[in-house]
Amino acid sequence: MKKFIVIITLAVLGFYLGETFYELGFGNARFEHGVKDTYLEKTVSELHVANTVTSIIVNFRGFDTLGEVTVLFLAATALGGILYKKKHHAGDRSVLFPASRIVMSGSKLLFPAVILLGVYIFVHGHLSPGGGFQGGTIVATGFLLMLLAYDDFTVSHHVLSYVESFAGIFFVLFGLAGFCNGGTFLENFMPVGTMNDLFSGGIIPIVYILVGFKVAAELTGLIYTVLHEKD
Amino acid sequence: MTYLILIFFLLLLMLVAAIYAIVQKDLLYAVIATGVISLVLTVLFYLLQAPDVALTEAAIGVALTTIIFIITIRNTVRHEDDYNKKDDIKSAVE
Repeated sequence: MKKFIVIITLAVLGFYLGETFYELGFGNARFEHGVKDTYLEKTVSELHVANTVTSIIVNFRGFDTLGEVTVLFLAATALGGILYKKKHHAGDRSVLFPASRIVMSGSKLLFPAVILLGVYIFVHGHLSPGGGFQGGTIVATGFLLMLLAYDDFTVSHHVLSYVESFAGIFFVLFGLAGFCNGGTFLENFMPVGTMNDLFSGGIIPIVYILVGFKVAAELTGLIYTVLHEKD
Repeated sequence: MTYLILIFFLLLLMLVAAIYAIVQKDLLYAVIATGVISLVLTVLFYLLQAPDVALTEAAIGVALTTIIFIITIRNTVRHEDDYNKKDDIKSAVE
């Protein structure tokens, strides 16, 4: 009986879901007169940015990005709140054991390269694919490598929280500056420069660098908390 | 035509890896299989001209998620059958 009700409910839900998606018509040219042409045109003519995705994420839909960053921040905070321990003893990590010398040396060699790649990706977010989220994650992966390879490698939670807070505050401040200057949140108010230059695109590279720092700090803190979770 | 064949081959690879991840009792192998899914998905995103999404998938799907799952396995149990041993999980959680 229970299964019967579940099947009926699923069938009804599936029918209406299918009907809705059928009417949407994926793949048809329903966006012909939509907002996409405006984005494509304004990205090149007004913002002088090569990567349209970045200009949409940071400028046109910057408020959504603020929401995404907030969601990530809340997730990291919740995990830290669940797993946080007051006392950290030096030798109480069960997850990790001393790595071999080859792994340690290799990690030491790779660590700067990984950090450089991550920083490159979020600094060049407006010129090449990628941006703050991707670059920040790669930087966090570099820290993860060091945390796995070295028993005694530690990151300061104070530094991480300061970096994270300042990046978030400056993100909002830049948004509010656009609010005061131009009229909308995160509207561009700085000179855009010439296209394909590193210093171009107004506030887009600055905001993406801030996002990169914030994501890197959040994910590094998250990994550190998970690795040091157990006594 | 070769492009289409390549895409279908990659999709098939993803499917095989997903089924392997479900039927495999050793959870470490299952996690590696999900990492393979993400890796193939990265290549697919790149072929479908979405390099931004490909980078995200590579960084989060292949590296971070896999390693967090491996840490979880190390802290709990490795084989699916071990879930019957309640004490094991209890001691792992505490």
